[in-house]
Amino acid sequence: MELFEKKFNPELYKTDFHWKEGDYDVYRVCHWSAPGCHNSCGILLYVKDGKLERVEGDPNQPYNRGRLCMRCLNLPEACNDLLNRLKWPVKRVGERGENQWERISWDEAYDIIVENVRRIQKEWGPEAICGMIGTGRNVCWQNPLICYAGFGSPNMSFGFLSGDCCMVPRTSLSFCVCGDLPVVDASQFNEERWDHPEYEYPEVVLVWGNDVIKSNGDGFLGHWIVDMMTQANTKLIVVDPDLTWLASRADVWIQPRPGVDSAIAMAMTNVIIEEDLYDHDFVENWTYGFDELAARVKDMTPEKAAEIAWVDAEDIRKAARMFAAAKPGALQWGLTTDMRVNGISEAHCLMSLNAICGNVDQAGGNYLAREAYSMNLAYLCGYFENLDVDMRAKRLGNDISPMHQFGLSSTAASDVVLQAIECGEPYPVKMLWFQGCNSIANMAAEAPRVYEAIKTTEFNVVVDYCITPTAVACADIVLPCAMSPERNQLRTWWTPLRQSTRVVEYYESKTDEQIILELGKRLNPEAWPYETDIDLLNARLKEGDVPEDFAGLQEMVYDWEPLEYHRYEKGLLRPDGQPGFNTPTGMIELYCTTLEAFGNDPLPSYEEPPESPISTPKRFEEYPIVLTTGHRSFEFFHSEHRNQKTMREFHPNPRVRIHPETAAKYGIEDGQWVWIENQRGRCRQIAWVTEGMKPGCASAEHGWWFPETEGAEPNLFGVFDSNINNLTTMMVVGETGYGAPYKGLLCKIYPCTEENSKIMPSEQVTRMGGWEYDRVEKLAMGGYKYE
Amino acid sequence: MSNYGLFINYEYCTGCHTCEVACKKALNLPEGQHGIVVFEDGPRKNVNGTWELTYLPLPTHLCDFCADRVAEGRLPNCVHHCQSGIMVYDTLENLAKLAEKHPRSVIYNAQA
Repeated sequence: MELFEKKFNPELYKTDFHWKEGDYDVYRVCHWSAPGCHNSCGILLYVKDGKLERVEGDPNQPYNRGRLCMRCLNLPEACNDLLNRLKWPVKRVGERGENQWERISWDEAYDIIVENVRRIQKEWGPEAICGMIGTGRNVCWQNPLICYAGFGSPNMSFGFLSGDCCMVPRTSLSFCVCGDLPVVDASQFNEERWDHPEYEYPEVVLVWGNDVIKSNGDGFLGHWIVDMMTQANTKLIVVDPDLTWLASRADVWIQPRPGVDSAIAMAMTNVIIEEDLYDHDFVENWTYGFDELAARVKDMTPEKAAEIAWVDAEDIRKAARMFAAAKPGALQWGLTTDMRVNGISEAHCLMSLNAICGNVDQAGGNYLAREAYSMNLAYLCGYFENLDVDMRAKRLGNDISPMHQFGLSSTAASDVVLQAIECGEPYPVKMLWFQGCNSIANMAAEAPRVYEAIKTTEFNVVVDYCITPTAVACADIVLPCAMSPERNQLRTWWTPLRQSTRVVEYYESKTDEQIILELGKRLNPEAWPYETDIDLLNARLKEGDVPEDFAGLQEMVYDWEPLEYHRYEKGLLRPDGQPGFNTPTGMIELYCTTLEAFGNDPLPSYEEPPESPISTPKRFEEYPIVLTTGHRSFEFFHSEHRNQKTMREFHPNPRVRIHPETAAKYGIEDGQWVWIENQRGRCRQIAWVTEGMKPGCASAEHGWWFPETEGAEPNLFGVFDSNINNLTTMMVVGETGYGAPYKGLLCKIYPCTEENSKIMPSEQVTRMGGWEYDRVEKLAMGGYKYE
Repeated sequence: MSNYGLFINYEYCTGCHTCEVACKKALNLPEGQHGIVVFEDGPRKNVNGTWELTYLPLPTHLCDFCADRVAEGRLPNCVHHCQSGIMVYDTLENLAKLAEKHPRSVIYNAQA
């Protein structure tokens, strides 16, 4: 029950799919991309004369219970944005980078794409075509399906996200260690929510390296944690180099040097074992390798971890004791854990810490999240059905590690795709299909290098709702995709199964489902025996044995499959129906037999980032600030929303957070433009001098481009001017191929002056070949020795 | 008829800007204009070692407490959408009782 009950008028807020209200048609749906988000909240669309006029949060949707964030509230502005939205398909005229386009029909666009696909398939093989995807957009199965069932290629990749370091490292590790992915149980797995009879609130949530009220990662609505605080007085432990709002409300806040969290996790585990605070019953009955774990963490004392991470040993002890005492406790982990070279190991540390406290698969602990109705609305959609063994074996990156080889990967490895483009090994990539993906503005590490690469491929298509920097840089065709209210769509990403219906239209834009269906039918008709997008969606529902079809779901809006707790005791997690977790031993493997079989370290370990005060002390003299990237904002979802005036009103420019002492040391004032620089390049952001940031460290934003400025090169929407990925690197990944050092770099920061700002980074990159430095040319597994 | 007010338990305001945008949409306000503004205090380390980071939404002179929405039987748009669920629109009498239980809270009088 909420702390303060919102009394919504049931006569105005109905549970139907559609009703009339004065001049308005009101539709009750679930929002999901475009624009992108990790949630899919219930929303009411108020439509007048075929136009989305306003929105309200749906009070009758238990997922969000009426609330909406600022981005969804601005949906009418986003949908009706005549200035920025693409209205019809266009083809490039002039050179790549000139931002010159000519309107064409859908038929002409498809004809050009089909002609190029056929040519490349013939000359280079279907595997020379690679799909590129961004997170949180409703292309999670559409982009893979067109690659596998349309192009005939096994390559669908994360848009040059090095080390596939968004959720995949954590997911892969979790599958090895416990057979499933643990997500904080905020009662979201049942329709009754907080009132579910078996639900218990966590006593403590351990928030590790994520500002979840902004990021909402893992299909988790961040403000559910605030609900726990207001409704049940749930306490917080926060591990973060920056004072997030959650950290300001935490009983213990540990502020580590970015990049070395695993030392802290191991030390907490050490304390919990040494002080005998762990859950004996759970450890004895449901875990494997406890003694080996105990031996591994023995030397990582709080004092040692404190020295490594620049924190207080007593805080580590306090956090460990508090978390172990919580019944239940819950671990809110996130992207930070993936964005390390040793991401797999850090995830293993955290999994182990949580497991020995007995929180896994407990009500109010960490639920083992699965897709509603076990539907396959994800990266492997159509993979096995449409590609033979030989073609599947060609997927780029399949052979880089046993973890990739033995099926835990579900995408082509981005670093290997880059290598394929750059040097034709193991075979060339000649066509890129960006669908919901703005690589050079967003996730591509070493963005100038990726920019250079994507300009060399023979044929590129971008599917998006506006002309992005990626489109200008490399696209030959751009196809306009529909916004959320313009789509018939399905959503799982855990539960419930949600539905949304096309209620408005925008010029000639089409949904991703329509686009892949129409293109798929032209390329490979046998694989696309559907007439409409709804047929295609119904095929997905059938695969999942969902009782309803699309029309039936429309009336329901959402369908919550009732789920159970303690499934490991009831034999509900394993395919063989036996009790236990879905691992070789049936236990949560603290000592992981699967990692051992892969030839990887079967136990958690701490490792310095490849560039850090300890691993590269010489470099640290020149670049004396430890940098973390990807600081989240309420206004933006990654590189999206920069073209919405209302979002920019609240957040006009990129900001880098830095402590007053550090700022003073380098002559930096609050609100001033500063250069952030390392040996690979530089970018500029506005200094946000704040006591909340760890001294000696900086936290920069990502995803910035400036749609209000010139799109043509050399400016290219200013995409490199503030791009923190001018400083990151591709090719430096973990020994499994997963994990990359986006968080935990070195840099220097100094004020921008007229003198040192004559050449802006966008011009440097697009006109002058970028910056000179030693690239890590080939994939470096298990890190890279810089000194 | 009783006078109404807007209660906010600001201890749990996360500064998410939802109320500000909800308000702009309800009142159809152009760039730079607001019916409610969220103020930030901190972050600052207090002398007792705790951290101060407080957000406080403050209605401006443009705020009419969503008179039209309320007349239609809706909640003020900020109250409807508040992500932390810490805003209440009710009679001043009821809100005063709420405030007794919630020390870090304010009540704005909605009387015209």
